[in-house]
Amino acid sequence: MLLRVTDLVKTYPAPDGILPILQGINMTLEKGETLALTGESGSGKSTLLHLVGGLDQPDSGSVELEGQDIGGLDDAGRAAVRRDKVGVVFQQFNLIPSLSVAANIEFQARLSGRENAEWTQDLAARMGLSDQLSKYPEQLSGGQQQRVAIARTLAARPTLILADEPTGNLDEATADTVLELMLSLAAETEAAMLMVTHSERLAARMSRRMHLRSGRIA
Amino acid sequence: MQLFTLVVGLSLATALWSGVQAVNAEARASYDAAAETLGEGQFAQITSPTGEIAQNDYVRLRRAGWLVSPLVQGRLDGVLVIGLDPLTSPNGMGGPDLGEDGFAIETFMDGAVFGQQATLDRFTAENVTEIVFPNVATGLLLTDIGTAQRLLGREDIIDRLIVAPDQPITQQPLQDVAPNLALREPQSGSDVARLTDSFHLNLTAFGLLSFAVGIFIVHGAIGLAFEQRRPMIRTLRALGFPLRRLMILIAAELLMISLISGAIGVGLGYVVAAALLPDVAATLTGLYGASVSGTLQLRPEWWLSGLAIAVGGTGLASAASLWKLSRMPLLTSAQPRAWGMQAVAARYWQAGLAAGLLLVALVLGVVGGGLIAGFAMLATLLVGAALALPVILDRVLAVGAKRAKSVMAQWFWADTRQQLPGLSLALMALLLAMAANVGVSTMVSSFRMTFTGFLDQRLASEFYVYANDADQAERLAAYLEPRVDQVLPIQFTTQDVKGMPSDIYGPAPHSTYRDNWVFLQSTPDAWAQIETAQGAAINEQLARRMEIEIGDEITLAGKAFPVLGIYGDYGNPIGQVIVTETAFATLFPDVRPERFGLRMDPADVPALAQNLRDAFGLAEDNMVDQAGIKAFSLAVFDRTFTVTGALNVLTLAVAGFAILMSLLTLATMRLPQLAPVWAQGVTRARLGHLEVIRAVLLALLTAALALPLGLALAWTLLAVVNVEAFGWRLPMFLFPLDYIRLAAFAVAAAVLAALWPARKLGRTKPAELLKVFSNER
Repeated sequence: MLLRVTDLVKTYPAPDGILPILQGINMTLEKGETLALTGESGSGKSTLLHLVGGLDQPDSGSVELEGQDIGGLDDAGRAAVRRDKVGVVFQQFNLIPSLSVAANIEFQARLSGRENAEWTQDLAARMGLSDQLSKYPEQLSGGQQQRVAIARTLAARPTLILADEPTGNLDEATADTVLELMLSLAAETEAAMLMVTHSERLAARMSRRMHLRSGRIA
Repeated sequence: MQLFTLVVGLSLATALWSGVQAVNAEARASYDAAAETLGEGQFAQITSPTGEIAQNDYVRLRRAGWLVSPLVQGRLDGVLVIGLDPLTSPNGMGGPDLGEDGFAIETFMDGAVFGQQATLDRFTAENVTEIVFPNVATGLLLTDIGTAQRLLGREDIIDRLIVAPDQPITQQPLQDVAPNLALREPQSGSDVARLTDSFHLNLTAFGLLSFAVGIFIVHGAIGLAFEQRRPMIRTLRALGFPLRRLMILIAAELLMISLISGAIGVGLGYVVAAALLPDVAATLTGLYGASVSGTLQLRPEWWLSGLAIAVGGTGLASAASLWKLSRMPLLTSAQPRAWGMQAVAARYWQAGLAAGLLLVALVLGVVGGGLIAGFAMLATLLVGAALALPVILDRVLAVGAKRAKSVMAQWFWADTRQQLPGLSLALMALLLAMAANVGVSTMVSSFRMTFTGFLDQRLASEFYVYANDADQAERLAAYLEPRVDQVLPIQFTTQDVKGMPSDIYGPAPHSTYRDNWVFLQSTPDAWAQIETAQGAAINEQLARRMEIEIGDEITLAGKAFPVLGIYGDYGNPIGQVIVTETAFATLFPDVRPERFGLRMDPADVPALAQNLRDAFGLAEDNMVDQAGIKAFSLAVFDRTFTVTGALNVLTLAVAGFAILMSLLTLATMRLPQLAPVWAQGVTRARLGHLEVIRAVLLALLTAALALPLGLALAWTLLAVVNVEAFGWRLPMFLFPLDYIRLAAFAVAAAVLAALWPARKLGRTKPAELLKVFSNER
């Protein structure tokens, strides 16, 4: 078992009291498995992704990644989990604007001490980025930036890939290409993938899907 | 946040400017009051080369039709006592208007002394009626001439005759009535005002620089506010709101903010001035003998100029933003692009402009002449360097990023480089503040060292004695001759040399002069030739103002002397010439020495002083102990440093505030840049630490550039502005320890400024960072 989520609860303060986001989520994910997380806006998909990735802390419940409860870790511990075990792809790409494409791709891999120049070059080539390595994010198109974000995530060889609407800003054809690449590379590295999406078409490409409604699994 | 930055930045800028202006205005008002009392500036005066006019000469002039009024002055208990004749003094002379102020003229003539309470408190003479009169200048006491002559022990002696503006046409020429006297036209500005000009110029320069630093903050705040309003402005315009009305509303808003900030700044300036004035007053009194009131008045000239400069500064700082707004196409991107990576083309333009300005400064330094060229050089140097700073920092940081080994170091250098556009205005402010500190402290410290050496030259004798008159001088010389190692008579007179009023001195040949007076330029063996009456030495002011060079001739009492040496004479507004004693006696047979420098064992000075008091009844004012006056002068200098130091700290504090505001503003805007780094496994605490290190790095790099700029500034002030403004050039000394201390201070200011934003970043809730990524919640 790669990931086990038990009775996960998360709320946010709101002007009229407490706003419940996740209300007792239970789920599991096996190594190499791909899971589509769907649901309406405000159903808690992104929040679940953030809790699973150690980006935020739950109010109650647990998130176990490779047997380690990451919800109880301190800031440094959760940073280490993000650095060493998790890779996140965001809808807005969120590349580091001050670094070149090459430096962006290598960033997390070098942080975690798992850099491999051959693997990085191979990734860049398969993503069609070999000619763009010396450029800066602002000089790339949206599709190119998303491919850099995916290459960055995979370069660090995470055990769990979290993707939050990774193709939400791309046209249909580019979205298909990007997802195809993600799935094949995830399979190659035996990483599990949890992807938030609104697209039924893309969700159908994953091995499993889970639908959230008002913070609960539907 | 922008409003706060704008108001605080503008208030601080105005505070420093108006504070300094308030101090200057108070000092100048004191000089003018004193000058008015003494009749300078308004009336011509008749003076004698010997410094004293006999009562008979006065009587002869009156009989010859001259409408002149006698004046005597002298110091008693450290107070300047002025004696006037109220019956003959022209209307407009300072002091109590006896009719209007409610005093009968008899009160004045009966021997009452008029002065401010503080001045009267220092005055210890007995059997004198004291009348508190606030209109008399600070440090002055006014009384009838007869009373003044009695108090000062100068019966029948007149110092000057004030010439009434309207004279009868039948009067005889002065040369016929009293050929030994000279007519001096009204002076524009008092001697003291001219003498202290350099001090006030320095204060004004500091005030202006502080203001410039503050305007950088304002410029940054306004620029950012405009950037953030771009979407709103685009929307308003898209909805049909006229651009013209929008511009007027924004300008009115800025005017209101500038007036409010200016008023706060003037209030703060009053506090600054009130805190600085006692030290400034002490400095001016000690250094130049200028009496300055220690209390501050709300004078319109400085608070109005404070408000005006606040409004003007805001206009200047907002002009570019308003211009850009007026040219912004309606369909331009509404995304705020503030603090983004600066366009390469803009950077090249900036580098080109900076290089051009620095080149102009260099050319002005090499071939320029005149005070305007000096100030133009200062301006181009400072603006050019400020513009060059971001370009130079960008290159340095690029090299750092290239050479970095670890991934975090690489990101740190690259990220710092990316922050430059957002921080550059604050860093420019820091650069200017630090350069001003280096420049002004180098100038002041160089002045101190030069002045100390100068005191050693001028006060080489261990003890100085001033006789009350020529007869007493003769008896004094005879008394002193066997009791000291050497008696050096000091005799001088005043005359125009090549059109410049100058004192002519005739010292006796002695090693005291040869060993201590250092020439800036001279012929070989100049002293030997001067001592044998083959030539003269002149001070630097006379040489520069009248363009006299070594070998040129000057004429003294009809006899030509070649100039053999030029010496430094700091602080003296007029020319000075030295010829040997024998030549002096031939040229000016009527002038007899009344002062003496005594070479002797310093340990014997107190005993000799006591003997002189007993034998001749000499007052304390007639005897000057070299060690005492040097210690006093240095103490005065140290008080000067207190003022300079306070302004240094205030200017740096303003620059530190600029950095704080920039970092705080950036902290909220740069979460999208930091969140991905955090998401990939870097803790918030580490990001916070790196923010502090970034501030230190930028402060150090700025300090490294501020040092050469400050030294160039000091050189310009010492070698160009000082020479053009005052006629003397001060040698420049370096003070490495001071510079290291300043850099440490700047780094400390940067760390303090960075701590708050860094702590804020370190404690940013994950939810805040996640907002960067979230499309929904």
